[in-house]
Amino acid sequence: MSADDETTTDDDTGVPGPHADRLARKEASNEGRGSAASDADRETVRFRIYRYNPDDEDRASPRYDDFHIPFERGMTVLDGLIYARDEFDPSLTFRHSCRQAICGSDALFINGRQRLACKTQVTDLSRPIQVEPLPHLDVKKDLVVEMEHFYEQMHAVEPYFNPDDEPVTATTERRQSPANHEHIKMSTRCIWCASCHSSCNIAAGDDDYLGPAAINMAYRFAMDEREGDRREDERYEIIKSEQGVWRCQTQFSCTEVCPKEIPLTEHIQELKRESVKRNLKFW
Amino acid sequence: MEEAYDRGVIEDFGRWREFSAGMWAWVFHKFTGWVLVGYLFVHIPVLSTALVGAETYTATIQGLESLPIVRVLEVGLLAVAVFHIMNGTRLLFIDLGIGLERQKVSFYASLLITAIIAVASVPTFISGVF
Ligand code: SF4
Ligand code: FES
Repeated sequence: MSADDETTTDDDTGVPGPHADRLARKEASNEGRGSAASDADRETVRFRIYRYNPDDEDRASPRYDDFHIPFERGMTVLDGLIYARDEFDPSLTFRHSCRQAICGSDALFINGRQRLACKTQVTDLSRPIQVEPLPHLDVKKDLVVEMEHFYEQMHAVEPYFNPDDEPVTATTERRQSPANHEHIKMSTRCIWCASCHSSCNIAAGDDDYLGPAAINMAYRFAMDEREGDRREDERYEIIKSEQGVWRCQTQFSCTEVCPKEIPLTEHIQELKRESVKRNLKFW
Repeated sequence: MEEAYDRGVIEDFGRWREFSAGMWAWVFHKFTGWVLVGYLFVHIPVLSTALVGAETYTATIQGLESLPIVRVLEVGLLAVAVFHIMNGTRLLFIDLGIGLERQKVSFYASLLITAIIAVASVPTFISGVF
């Protein structure tokens, strides 16, 4: 089958397939790509990208590389990075997957702020666009950072349910009231991107601190009415422990950068108040 | 990959330009807090001269107040104290869960009130020394 056929038919039936449109568009956009003649008169955007590669003597000490990426309407920073990698330097390394702000793998430090590359329009930024790996996390290669510690903190709050009782029958539902859902709704939106963690000066200076994302994760379960009492007590032990909520000094930077607009500081503050209430005894 | 590059504190300090309002409030609160602690260590010895006698105390105070630099520092001290009080109040409300979505405005208000009070105090502090 020639490439031509592919753009109009799905298989050998000769009927236009469901992807015909998309394939045609892809073909059209591929034509312009990489050809010097058409690029020459197109508007380009300068990307300044952080480079580091411990395995390559040349790049063993970090530096910035400039890429001139042809501008397209609706282009995101991630589109630019992909273009740079595909057309100019296949060794350029960064994480991405969903391209729609839901997998949380492409949180980067773009023009001095933690943002998801796929959710950031080039037109919203001043140029040149500076792209760096997330601050306060160790760099493995180019824009890829070490996330292990962040994941450990997320797991440290034991983010899973453990109700007090067994369901009566196999099909018994555990209902949550709409009001309770409303209460925890925002906290469930976390996509584990680590933007908040990277923006927090306390988390940066103190590896023991759980950090905003993990505390938000604890909040999501602690505030859920379906959580069992025993589990809740255990969870509050973690929340109010030395590495828990009391390390937060309300810098608001996490709330500022969270791409899912989770009111992190608010959640941490609420847990602080709850922790105090749990320790108050009147007898 | 075992090797990972730690960009270190120097790069961290370089990022102050990107701080947002809440972060500045935190930085200023820390700074003013330490200045006030430092001031107490000067304040107590000066007051302690009263233990020697009333004349010594008066002489110390008058000596200090005749120095223009002390007058200027006093304006600074007032500004530091006012900011710490204003932002401290802001933080109290934040701890109570009040006005978290307006935390930037309340920080700017703290700054503004500090500036107004500091400027208004200048004639009083400076009078008679320059
Ligand atoms: S809380 Fe927000 S910034 Fe933090 S990891 Fe989750 S989605 Fe990312
Ligand atoms: S690629 Fe999935 S969040 Fe950006």
